[in-house]
Parts: sequence; structure tokens; C-alpha cells
Amino acid sequence: MKRGLIWLPLGMFALIFAVVAIGLTRPAERTVRSAMVGKTLPAFTVGAIVPGKPGLSNTMFADGKPRLLNVFASWCIPCIAEAPMLLRLKKMGVAVDGLAIRDTSIAIRAFLARNGDPYERIGDDRQSAVQLALGSSGVPETFVIDGKGRIVLQHVGDIRADDIPEILAALEKAK
Amino acid sequence: MAAVRPVAFVQGLLALLAMGLLIAVFMRSDMSVLLVAQNSHSDKPLLYKFAGAWGNHEGSMLLWVTILGLAGAAVAMLEHNLPKPTLIATLGAQAAIALGFYAFLLFSSNPFARLDPVPADGAGLNPLLQDPGLAFHPPTLYIGYVGISVAFSFAVGALVTRDVGPAFARAMRPWALGAWIFLTLGITAGSYWAYYELGWGGWWFWDPVENASLMPWLAATALLHSVSVLATRDGLRAWTVMLAVVAFSMSMVGTFLVRSGILTSVHAFAVDPKRGSFILALLAIYIGGALVLFALRIGTVRQGRTFDLVSREGALVANNLLLSVILGIVLIGTLYPIVAASFGVQLSVGPPFFNKAAGPVALALVAIMGAGPLLRWRRDDGNELVERMMLPIAAAALAGAGVFIATGGIAILPFLGIALAAGLAAASVAPLWKRNLRRTPLFTWGMVIAHLGIAVSLAGMASESAFTKETLVAARVGEPHRVGPYIVRLDGISPVIGANWSALQARLSVRRGEDGDWFVLRPQSRFFASPPTVTSESAIATVLDGQLYTVLGAPDEQGRWQLRLWWKPFVTFIWLGGALIALGGALSLIGRVRRERKASYREAYV
Amino acid sequence: MALLTATPALADSTLPPADFANTQLRDPAKEARARDLMGTIRCLVCQGQSIADSDAEMAGDMRSLVRQRILAGESPTDIRDKLIASYGDYVTYDPPFNWLTAPLWLMPLILIGIGAWLARGSFKRRRG
Repeated sequence: MKRGLIWLPLGMFALIFAVVAIGLTRPAERTVRSAMVGKTLPAFTVGAIVPGKPGLSNTMFADGKPRLLNVFASWCIPCIAEAPMLLRLKKMGVAVDGLAIRDTSIAIRAFLARNGDPYERIGDDRQSAVQLALGSSGVPETFVIDGKGRIVLQHVGDIRADDIPEILAALEKAK
Repeated sequence: MAAVRPVAFVQGLLALLAMGLLIAVFMRSDMSVLLVAQNSHSDKPLLYKFAGAWGNHEGSMLLWVTILGLAGAAVAMLEHNLPKPTLIATLGAQAAIALGFYAFLLFSSNPFARLDPVPADGAGLNPLLQDPGLAFHPPTLYIGYVGISVAFSFAVGALVTRDVGPAFARAMRPWALGAWIFLTLGITAGSYWAYYELGWGGWWFWDPVENASLMPWLAATALLHSVSVLATRDGLRAWTVMLAVVAFSMSMVGTFLVRSGILTSVHAFAVDPKRGSFILALLAIYIGGALVLFALRIGTVRQGRTFDLVSREGALVANNLLLSVILGIVLIGTLYPIVAASFGVQLSVGPPFFNKAAGPVALALVAIMGAGPLLRWRRDDGNELVERMMLPIAAAALAGAGVFIATGGIAILPFLGIALAAGLAAASVAPLWKRNLRRTPLFTWGMVIAHLGIAVSLAGMASESAFTKETLVAARVGEPHRVGPYIVRLDGISPVIGANWSALQARLSVRRGEDGDWFVLRPQSRFFASPPTVTSESAIATVLDGQLYTVLGAPDEQGRWQLRLWWKPFVTFIWLGGALIALGGALSLIGRVRRERKASYREAYV
Repeated sequence: MALLTATPALADSTLPPADFANTQLRDPAKEARARDLMGTIRCLVCQGQSIADSDAEMAGDMRSLVRQRILAGESPTDIRDKLIASYGDYVTYDPPFNWLTAPLWLMPLILIGIGAWLARGSFKRRRG
């Protein structure tokens, strides 16, 4: 027993060494993913931010049709880069809803006029309450919601051309 | 073999020369040196050009090896108590460590890389670093970090020659003590720096980088106590050697954690996984090697003497045990997010965990700390101990009752903290009772003051956590606001220009109570042009019983200014205690060195 | 060496901070409860700061959320659990006890056990 004990410190060191060596080879995931993926949307209702477009509530997503929920803001620069991709998705027949984070009606109208408007509905999330409930930690983020109001995919960051197949596949699967 | 001492000495001098040259190119703002161009700016005040030399990865690594070389030189010149073979093995170990870090510097972190074409000016230094703290905190902490390498080298030397005994312990003790004093000062200074610079009023965040400095300190503290059992009673041989290895491992683990960027920290460093793998390889060689040597050799070291459970040694063993447990908790808590990540879970381990897990252990340690110095070596009587502890116990009970009556109950950890701090304060001065104070050895004074420092620090922590008052307001000019016993009035905001920054400065008129005298505090929101950054400079009023801490925030559209005000009773005790602990260490060091010198003179003349 | 980060350079909105981001609750007991909870919630967009310490806009929104829920009478545990439901265990500095964190939480006891067992060898057997 005593003999074995002598090697215990070396064993403990080897264990710690292994842990950090593994940690080092795999760069840590810095984006915080939503834990809501795979779960039903949390209950929320937010008003409209733009005249002529309704606001949002979680019950609207349980209409049998899969759709995108795009978390965006007029003050967010990657959102401008993402706008053409959302328009392209809309042309492909994808239903897109928006959740405007910490924004004003004037700013959003200007943003839509400049960058195009892919949204069927836009909710006004003035104090990020819905964003926090969704488990989103920044703008832009896009959630794929299935016809029963369940989140099936979270896309962090702006949607680029090569992200579109993944999003279409998720929408297809959610049917 | 005769060359060992001179070579170690010259190596230290050459490393010092390199550091001196780096400081010189920073002082001259020589932008043809890449490091200067990236981290300095010709407009910067002179102090930060000087200290900026180590305000970056390469420069701080050069500082690290300079201290390593100087420590080797110091051992070569000053150490005369160690038998020659052990000394040679010790210097060999020190040189081997230096070799690895020189390689690290040369191959992956060259501080003298040149830049062509030479830019017109540099990118500047992170404004949060442009603080006198930068001149003091890193060098102090590094002397501590690297000084521990001497204890490690001693342990390796002793293992090589199988010479682990009281003489070895007496030789190692001053070196370990010296490193520990600097670690204590470095941590204390770093804590105060973060406290006033970050502007959140917090003094310890259990952040990975902070834990990286705490872990070697915990191990070194345990080492200091076990080395005195070995020196005085020839016990705990294997354990002392082990702690010397662990203490230096922790300073290397700390360096690794800080530089590799493996963990997210609020204290930013230039991080680079490649450099991380290099340090990790060094870690494997030195620590793995030392542990293999330990396992092969320690079987041949006789077991030291055994002793009774109730004895000074018993208390010191308990001290070692609990310090090691705290060290284990901090280490595992710090690394656990990496473990969780390998199971695909993102996890955060922070203050609530460390307070809950390490807090009770630390409080138990404080209780034992009170009793330890009142115990006799080898064997003591439990009942007599209780008699000797009557006064400290009474002090603890009184403090606890006082707090309870005055406040009607506070959270359990701070409550126990205050009570135990009072008990420890009484117990730590108890070894001086009925003694001729002038004939009390200096190292006994050292112990008393260091233990008292822990009590003072603990009282400060408990008080800060239990009694802090916070006021957040959007203040209009002329409106008075209350925080704790103070009344704070915003008089106005004015622009201020500094050497390389401009700022908005609030003028706050402050008085204590309705009839106190008015005085002025000036918190700022500072803008630095290179690199472009906004920092908030808190304004702090220090009084005997605490600090008033004020921070200026952003304005709103109605012309009000956001103010954050804190009244923190006795918060200064935290760092005052830290200073006392270091002072105690210094007295102890002087006392020990003097006694050893006397003893060696006596031997020479008999 | 502790080098400190400046506020991260995130694009911020032009709206003023959320209602309770920098405004304390009237009731000191409720504010204390909110304060304690905010100190244990990790800011999602910062480097290792709690939402209580962070200047980030999102941290302000989260502080506001915590204070509003406390004001509405929710318990800190419920609020924390809801945040964990959205963001996973990452969001709390106080790791919930489960199969993965069991070794972490039990570690102090294990370490004390191992230590006591090791130290036993240094003591004399009971006097005799």
C-alpha cells in the first residue's frame, strides 16, 4: 500500500495534465448556446414596432408551419450584412418573423427601408426580456421553430450564403 | 565543480542586463523594436514607459527569467549552510528550470524582435495598466512566483543527495519565507489595484488569474509551517519535500493558466495556445520529473519522528492538511470548467462555489491557527489548552454577541468570520503574554504579527461582505444622496486634460452626517486616444473605519448623471492585514537569518 | 500579474438602459436579495464578470429582469432556475448539483478524508 501511495502525487499530476492538455487542444467554445433548443418556445407576447405589421407571441408559432425567428436590431452591423440572406430565404418561401432588440420604431423603419423587409411580423423587445427567455446572447441570432412552436435550431451570428442549406434542412425536417 | 557558483552568478547578471536593455528601449520609445511599437507610445508618462516593459507577454516573461537567474545567483552567493553536493544539485535544478524558460523566450516569445519599416509611433499601453500599480504589482508577484523555484530546487537537490533533514529545512526556510513575503505583498497589492481600478468595488473575484496567484501562496504557506516541523522536530520529511514541489508546480500552473488563454478571465493577457503548449511541456518535464524523483527516492528517506495528536506538531499538521484542502478546492474549482467542457457542458464556477466550499475549511483553519502557537511541541494536555484558550474564546463570543445585538443577525459566513477574527486576534498575541518582550526572539514576533494580520484581514473581509451599503442614483446637480453615514451631492461635471487622456470629472461634495465637514471627491470617466478606450477612475475617501467609494457613470437624456456610491466599513483592514502578514514574514526572516548566523559563528569558534 | 480588460467594444443601442438596470428597488430587503442573485449570474457577453459588475448593455437588461422579477415576488431560486432553463448552467457561478458537478461539490469532503488518512501516519498511536 505504502509503495503505491508514493506514486499517487504523480498520478494526480498526470490527471491534471491530461485535463488541461485536452482543454488546450480543443479551443473553448466562447459562444453561449441557448438551452432552449429542442424545447417549446417560452410564453411571451410583445407589441408591434412598425405600423402595419403585427407584434409577436409564442402562440403564433403553433400554426403547423415551420418558420424562422430572427433576433435583430437596427443598431447591429452584422444584421445589415445578413439582410440579403433573409430576403433570399423569404423568396424561397420561408416565413420569417423578427424580434427587434432595444430599438425604436423610427430606427427600424429606416433599417427596413434601407436593407429590405423579409419579416411577416416584428415584435418589440425593448428590454431584451424575450431575448433572455429564448436564451439568445446577442444579435443577430436566428431560431428555427417547427409547426408546434418548438425550437429546433439556433444559429448564432449573421446568416451567410453557406449557412442557408443548413437552415433549409432544419426547416424541411421540422415539417 | 568549482565553476558552479560563478556560472550561476554570471547567468543572473546577464539576464539582468537583458532586462535592463529592454527597459532602456522602452524608455527611449525605440519603435524599431516590435514589442515597443505594439505596447508603448511616445506620449506615455515616463513611469509607464518604464513599467510598460513588463506590461506585456514577452517583457513579463523576460522579467520572469531575470528573477529566476537572479534567484540562482543569490543562492550561489549567499547559501553557506548546505553541504556542497546538495548545493550543487540545487543549483543544477535551478539552472535546468532557467534553461527551459530561456528556450521558451527564445523560441516563442522574443522580446527584442525588430520591426522594419519603423512606425511613426506605437499602439500604446492598455489604459487600465497605466497606473502606479503596474510598477509595483507584477515585479513583486514575480519575485514570489519565481522565488518559490528556489524551494523547489532545494527539494530536488535534497532528493538527489538523499539529504532530507533539519539542516536542509533550516537552509531552505529563509528562501521559502522570502518568496512567500513577496507573494503576499503581490497578491495584496493586486487585490487593491483591481479594487480601485475596475470600479465595481470588489476586491476578489475568484477569477482564474487571481486563483493562479492564490494557489502558490497557499502551498507556500503550508510549506513554511511544515518546514518548521522538519527544522525543529525532524518530522514531516516526505511531506515537506512534496510541498516544495507542489508550491512551484502551482506557480507554473498559474503561469500556464494565465498565458494559454484556456480559461476566460476578466484580467486580460496576450493569450496564445501555442505558448500554452510550450509552458505545459515545461510543466511536464519539471514537475513530472520531480515527482518521479520523489517517488523513486522518498522510500529511502527515513520517516521522521512521530508525535501526539494534541501537540504543536499536531496543529501544524492540521494546518497543512486544511491549507492543502483549500488549495485542492481552488485548483479543482478553477479547472472544472475544462472538465465539464470535455463532457460538452458549459459550466461556470465562481464566487458562490468557492465561498461555500472553501469558506468553512478556511474558518476551521483560523480556529486551529489560534490554538497552534499556544500548544507545546511533542505532547500537550487538552484541558490545559482549553484553559489557555479561555480569553480568545471569550473574545470570539463577545464579538459574535456584539454583532448579533447590533445588527440582528447577518449571513453565517461573515458572522463566523468576525467572531473568529476576534478570537484569533486575542489568541495570536497570547504567546507574548508574561514574556519579556525585549527578549522575545524576532521570529516569534514575526509569527504573532503574521497571525494577527490574518485576523485583521478576515475581519475586513467579513465586514465588507456583511455591512457594505450601495447607492445607485441618476443624480441631478445639487441633489443630495445618502450612502451609509455619508451625504453626497453632485456639484457639477467639468472636462479635465491629462498627459495622454482627457476626462469628464464630477465634483462631488461629501459630508458625514448632517453636521460633518464638507469635502470633495472627483471621480472621472477617462478617455484614452491610444488605444481608444474609456475607463472610469473611482474616487475613494479613506477614513479610519472604512472607505467611501464613488464612481461616475453615463449621463441620461434628462441631464442626470449615473453615480455608483459605496460605503464599505473596515474594507481597508483586508489590505492592512495583508501588509501585516508580509511584515510578520519579514521579521521572521530577519530573526531566522540572524540566529543561523550566530549559530554558525559559534560553530566556527568552538 | 493582473492586467485588466476594458469594457468590450460591442455595438450598443441608442436606447437608455432598461428600467431597473441601474435603479435600485425601494425595499432594501428586496434589493439585497436581487443584489445577491445578480452577483452570482454570469454576464453572457463579457469575460468572466457577473451581471452586477458589468457595464455591458445586456448585463443591464439582465439586472433589470432580475429586479423586476424580485419586485413581482418571485424567489431568487426561481429566477435563477429560469435563467438556467434558457442558457444552461453557464449562466450561474453557483454550479447546480448534478452527476457532472457531484465530484466538484464533494471534493472538499474527499480531500479532507484523504488528508486525514495520510496524516494518521505521523501521529503516535494512543499513549501506551
